[in-house]
Amino acid sequence: MLQFIIRRLAGAVVTLFLIGAATFFLFVAAPSDYASLACGRDCSAARLEDIREALGLNLPIAQQFWQFMSGIVTGRDFPDGHCAAPCLGQSFHSGDMVWDTIIDRFPTTLTLTAGGAICFLVIGVGAGMLAAYRRGSMLDKVATGASMVLSSFQIYFLGPIVLVIFVYSTGLMEDPKYTPITEDPVAWFIGMSIPVVVMATIFTAQYTRMARAAMIEQLAEEHVRTARAKGMSKKYVFFRYAWRGSMIPIVTVLGIDISSMLGGAVVTEITFSLQGIGRLAVEGAGSKDLPLTMGVMMFGAFFILMVNILTDIAYAYIDPRVRLS
Amino acid sequence: MTSPTKAEGSGSTVVLDPELAATSEAEKPKSLEGRSPGQLMWQRFRRDRTGMFCAGVVIFYFVIALCAPLLTAISGTNPYTLYGQDPTYADTPVLDDFGLPLGYFGGVSGEHWFGVEPQYGRDLFAMLVYGMRTSLFMALGVTGLLMVTGVIIGLIGGYFGGRTDYWIGRVTDFFLSFPQQLFFIAFMPVVTAFFVDPREETPTYFRALAILIVLWLLGWMGMARLVRSTVLSLREREFVEAAKVSGASPWRIVRKEILPNVVSPILVQFTYQLPSTILTIAFLSFAGVGFVEPTPDWGRLFAAGARYAEQDPAFMFFPGLALVIFILCFNLLGDSVRDAFDPKSGR
Repeated sequence: MLQFIIRRLAGAVVTLFLIGAATFFLFVAAPSDYASLACGRDCSAARLEDIREALGLNLPIAQQFWQFMSGIVTGRDFPDGHCAAPCLGQSFHSGDMVWDTIIDRFPTTLTLTAGGAICFLVIGVGAGMLAAYRRGSMLDKVATGASMVLSSFQIYFLGPIVLVIFVYSTGLMEDPKYTPITEDPVAWFIGMSIPVVVMATIFTAQYTRMARAAMIEQLAEEHVRTARAKGMSKKYVFFRYAWRGSMIPIVTVLGIDISSMLGGAVVTEITFSLQGIGRLAVEGAGSKDLPLTMGVMMFGAFFILMVNILTDIAYAYIDPRVRLS
Repeated sequence: MTSPTKAEGSGSTVVLDPELAATSEAEKPKSLEGRSPGQLMWQRFRRDRTGMFCAGVVIFYFVIALCAPLLTAISGTNPYTLYGQDPTYADTPVLDDFGLPLGYFGGVSGEHWFGVEPQYGRDLFAMLVYGMRTSLFMALGVTGLLMVTGVIIGLIGGYFGGRTDYWIGRVTDFFLSFPQQLFFIAFMPVVTAFFVDPREETPTYFRALAILIVLWLLGWMGMARLVRSTVLSLREREFVEAAKVSGASPWRIVRKEILPNVVSPILVQFTYQLPSTILTIAFLSFAGVGFVEPTPDWGRLFAAGARYAEQDPAFMFFPGLALVIFILCFNLLGDSVRDAFDPKSGR
């Protein structure tokens, strides 16, 4: 087990390094010279050189890359201050430390992803299992039909609709906004409820369909039939035997979906004007801010890799047949 | 993942068909090989009423997209004209003093069938049909490219196996660990900068090219994995071995023995991939890094819709409804195509 985790972590470090390298060289290779962009249209050669100097853009590319990568491990010193260990550099545009900006914005994205995941797992998987339990009933038909229609909605369409209904026309709720949970948990919950629910709705539908299919497949398995033949109650078999088996495909898809959930959080942030990682990426790309974009990319990749490792570990707990090696 | 109604519908043939398909492959002469399973699939598909209906709807959308200039000629509008600001149209005002559409439901009228855009007064119907044209054909191109790349990479990995397969697998994993949507957002401006100086106006076709490249770079992995796993199992089958023994070249085996057998998973994957590509392109425009003003694009309409939602919620209605119907039908079509190719999967 420990060996498995160590090996996966080592793999993650290599992947992160490669993603960093790919991002960096793509950015540098493109003729998107930040200095001349910052300098403006009528720009003297001396001023351009000054900006380059200040941003460290006059160094050879390999050295810039090395500075960035080593900064993550050891920290870096900038003219206007020290940047502690996981240092992702200093934003060209605002001059803030990228790591601090990300840590500042990440709670919003995390609330969306984690909150959304909890919502769609509880509601989606629950509805799917109920539909499988009462297969062929009215409930099943409604659940399958609704999930089919809802999964065709998009966050950028559903979001504004919900806003129009609950905020603009009736005024039942406030415009969504993020308040740190440590400051005011109630405001945090109320402010984020609309975005989380909208984001979860899209995913719920998929998970309802998947949970229903997985459950039906499990119920056709031989061990389930044997258990029923032994005289165990339908309920017991359903929740003790089939449920466990049906969790495996769901966990698998959940692991794969982390990337698209992060993407969903990005769309949600843009739809509801929330200040999260996704908007940070938009800002960084828009202003050709290399350290900011690099930082967001690396952070996003780190998040995805970590969740994937956790998913693999979760496998071993759900299904004892799985051996981590 | 399929609705339960379909499974009962295709009852008795279900058991027979895979066997028929298998015998036609193994025993009959080559001339029949490709045709027969295809015909069986078509027969099964035709019996599936939901599938046929959805196929009709999807084709209808593509026809609309194709005929966009014709339709706007009939409606007499144009996606670029600012009906609210252009002095030529001053005698038929479409916007009030606040820049909001006059009339009901976003200004629906005889001239402007779906209403007009607030502020500018552009015709929503024309914008939508032209936007669909941009999105659908763009997605068709991207998906085609993804498919071809994925199939080639998957075939190479699956057929040659060993070290080639190992390294292709690692590269695929690497690409999969990218935070996709973040990458799309971050790299659209960068890729555009390859073609055009960032301070100058980017022509629309360069933007389209940049979208194509970015989506292509991060989209082929699913297809490659699917083809690889299918090919891996096919490689060990008797008919491939027979071809090998009789001295067929690897290229011939891939082309004549393996490729015809991966057609069905490829086609099924295609029907799932296309709507998701359309949504990704719409997402890019929505995030402001895809198509920009004044190019009519489906995703851009949602960005505008979100902006106008407070004052003119009706603006979003038609583009949104059109998208929901389209995606719903495409998903149902995907399920039907899968059932038709692989009747066992239907539950």
